[in-house]
Amino acid sequence: MATERFFPKSSPGAHGIQYREPLIFERSEQGRMGVSLPDAGVPEADPASEIPAELLRGEIENMPSVTEVQAVRHFVRLSQLNYSVDTGFFPLGSCTMKFNPKVNEWAARLPGFAGAHPYLPEEQSQGALELMYRLERMLSEIAGLHVTTLEPAAGAQGELSGLMMIRAWHMANHGKPRKKVLIPDSAHGTNPASAALNGYVAVELKSNKDGVLEPETVAAAMDEDVAAIMMTNPNTLGIFETHVKEIAEIVHARGGLVYGDGANMNALLGRARPGDMGIDVMQYNLHKTFSTPHGGGGPGSGPVSVAKTLEPFLPRPIVVKDGNHYHLEFDRPQSVGKLRTFWGNFGMMVRAYTYMRELGPEGLKACSDLAVLNAQYIRALIEKEWNVPYGNRSLHEVVYNDKNLKETGCTTMDVAKALVDHGYHPPTVYFPLIVPGAIMVEPTETETKETLENFAQAMMAIAAQAREEPEALKEMPKKPIVERLDETRAARKPVLRWTPGFGAEE
Amino acid sequence: MRYHPHTESDIREMLAKIGVQSLDELFTSIPQSLQMDRPLAVEPALDERALMEHLEELAAKQPKAVPFLGAGAYPHHVPPSVDQLLLRGELYTAYTPYQPEIAQGTLQITFEFQTFVTLLTGLEIANASMYDGASATAEAALMSIRVGNGKRSKVVVSKALHPEYRETVRTYLGEGFELVEVAFDPLTGKTDLAALEAAVDANTAGVIIGYPNFFGVVDDLPGASKIAQQHGALCISATTEALAFGLLQAPGQLGADIAVGEMQSFGNGVNFGGPGLGFFATREKFLRQFPGRVAGATVDRKGERGFVLTLSTREQHIRREKATSNICTNHGLNAAAATIHLSMLGKHGLRAMALLNWRRAKYAREQLAAKGLEPVFSGPVFNEFAVHAPKDAVQRIGEAGLAGGLKLDRYYTELGDGLLLCVTELHDKARIDALVAALS
Repeated sequence: MATERFFPKSSPGAHGIQYREPLIFERSEQGRMGVSLPDAGVPEADPASEIPAELLRGEIENMPSVTEVQAVRHFVRLSQLNYSVDTGFFPLGSCTMKFNPKVNEWAARLPGFAGAHPYLPEEQSQGALELMYRLERMLSEIAGLHVTTLEPAAGAQGELSGLMMIRAWHMANHGKPRKKVLIPDSAHGTNPASAALNGYVAVELKSNKDGVLEPETVAAAMDEDVAAIMMTNPNTLGIFETHVKEIAEIVHARGGLVYGDGANMNALLGRARPGDMGIDVMQYNLHKTFSTPHGGGGPGSGPVSVAKTLEPFLPRPIVVKDGNHYHLEFDRPQSVGKLRTFWGNFGMMVRAYTYMRELGPEGLKACSDLAVLNAQYIRALIEKEWNVPYGNRSLHEVVYNDKNLKETGCTTMDVAKALVDHGYHPPTVYFPLIVPGAIMVEPTETETKETLENFAQAMMAIAAQAREEPEALKEMPKKPIVERLDETRAARKPVLRWTPGFGAEE
Repeated sequence: MRYHPHTESDIREMLAKIGVQSLDELFTSIPQSLQMDRPLAVEPALDERALMEHLEELAAKQPKAVPFLGAGAYPHHVPPSVDQLLLRGELYTAYTPYQPEIAQGTLQITFEFQTFVTLLTGLEIANASMYDGASATAEAALMSIRVGNGKRSKVVVSKALHPEYRETVRTYLGEGFELVEVAFDPLTGKTDLAALEAAVDANTAGVIIGYPNFFGVVDDLPGASKIAQQHGALCISATTEALAFGLLQAPGQLGADIAVGEMQSFGNGVNFGGPGLGFFATREKFLRQFPGRVAGATVDRKGERGFVLTLSTREQHIRREKATSNICTNHGLNAAAATIHLSMLGKHGLRAMALLNWRRAKYAREQLAAKGLEPVFSGPVFNEFAVHAPKDAVQRIGEAGLAGGLKLDRYYTELGDGLLLCVTELHDKARIDALVAALS
């Protein structure tokens, strides 16, 4: 095979990763320590003088003992086993991995923010509260909704709190919460789980052949037991739900509410607002739309914007401005309560606010324009070789699949693993579930035209290899420190922690 | 725009390849009537330097002093090495490890985090990074109901548990379940075991007790777990200050079936209360019932050790309506911070740090008592405690250039003059003496 074909010039990470790093528990040597502690500077005392013996413990067996140097090397080496946005293109559809600006990290670490205690008196929290208030105002404007709670810790917790507000609204207005929530098959995977955790029965609705939800489908499913519909818009195919307004009217007419999953808001910034479409409540995912880092799993932040009708039910407290004073308002008798301690993932709010102020209204609109342009450009570059079932209707992400590879025996998973050897993080695979063998690409606005072209070139090379030497493709990836991992074994014989003797059986 | 790479000719060429004339044409699937006809009314753009000045001004409105405040968020020294490692782009700009071959860093750190949580709590399995202590406590309450097969609908919680944890549990439980709060002993600050005994019955799924509790008091976890066990309920310990595990016996050794709480103290700042870092540990027999993400060890095709996310059938990916939780994005980077800090503290440092916190807090308690600010409760405490204080105590502390103290009447009207104070390794003798002087 021609080496050049598999390693385009600008692809990162193409030479693989070198380290094999033991667990920190396997690096330990008794007597070492990696921190410096001050002398207490106060009289010696023995905890046993106050705390009953049965409640005391000594040093914990099996805790590691390493120096700072050992720990630093350990975690630097581990970091080098990760693919990341800072090392390369990360086209995970629906997950939205755009550049994380460094000034955001600087801002979040300002001592006044990072060191602020949530229970400081309000007069000593004015800087933090002002930032929250200004962020809240901007998020409400972008959503086209009345007011926003910043409390939820992540988008999924935002979904949960949004549904709790819907439930509370039904209780307050009709004395019962209703039973069902309608969820299109093109919605995010967390939606049905959030509905179930909130005591609702999730009813799946089918999208039509163009990947959108028909008003007739909703009308047929809508009755007085339906509390709400949860629509992801644009949906997980990246397609705008053209009939959203009509659907909202159908649901409203039968006494239901409309929940908008705002995870894909990066396609709509400055172009369209959920509140204008009849959406009553939506969550943001600050880590997607406003560039706060995902950190290998989080933290996220999931503010929820609501129409005026739902305001009384917001989790408490909310930030309000009273003259020149910023104030946490707790006295909200109809509030659904709290979903966590304190006032939300403030560190993420600082990052999102920083990002929004760097961009301003024109910059935010440009984010959506260029995210959509980039996604459509990839589609145009690959659609000769790859099946793109919903073609040019989609916005910021493009879903294609392995249909054209059927006769080669290669699957979407083989394609994903081959992309690793080409130096790319694979796109989202096998999602959305309504596209068999789905590959979902979301390039985001921060990627260059050249990056997209190189990625498309890798996709074309993989299609060619699938036809010429399918067996080789199935062997991939070869470049990372580990090859395909046995996920079945991990689930059947779960090993979830290190214990002495760990790994001896291998 | 420095985050947007496209030149005008790039855009022209890309539009041509797509086959449209303009950017507007990319949005024709949005009905015209739903498209905005004006710019967003958000605050204007700032260049980087102006932006930094603006943020510095906002942050400068916050006080500089390290507050004598805990109550669920604890100021500790975070070694710069921890933060510099966190700032490695490979850690903070990586996604959830859905492609394990190129996410071994995150996965191994997650596995190490789970190991640390099991060591600290004395339990067998742990998940990776709940949002925070309060929501982890709520998830534990839900799990106790799942373990009870839906036949037990009551959760009993101590009134000495953090008030916001209690409110979060109530919010998560929703209707159909009963949340019963039991009183604490006004003298010791511990949960009233007689009241607990009276409240727990065959309909009780879980018993939740703070360890230490909201008042910093090392509550009677062994007593509470015996009561829970006698009635077939799960005992849940909730710890707001995980550093306490450096000194206190592991909850798993004291009968807790689930240990949850907040680990922000390791490697994470207070950040005005978020992000926090929840932890969740339980017994192996509940493997299929516990919520949240987990990393597991396995081997690759060559037989080399590696790590993957596992047991995801319990999650929102598959069988969504039967998911044990809807958690997707979690607090992974905060878990990484805790893992790094715990590695550096290690066996000896963890113990030494916990002792240091306890000693400084003891000194502060004794000095305050000597000036007439008596402890509110007689129960043993770790690094925070309540004292009877003058009404204007918080103001006086502020005027002395210090910060903090939480007036307990915010949540407990019956504790009118109670002031909750927290002392850590960041409060040296001089700062403690200044606090005492301010309140004398």
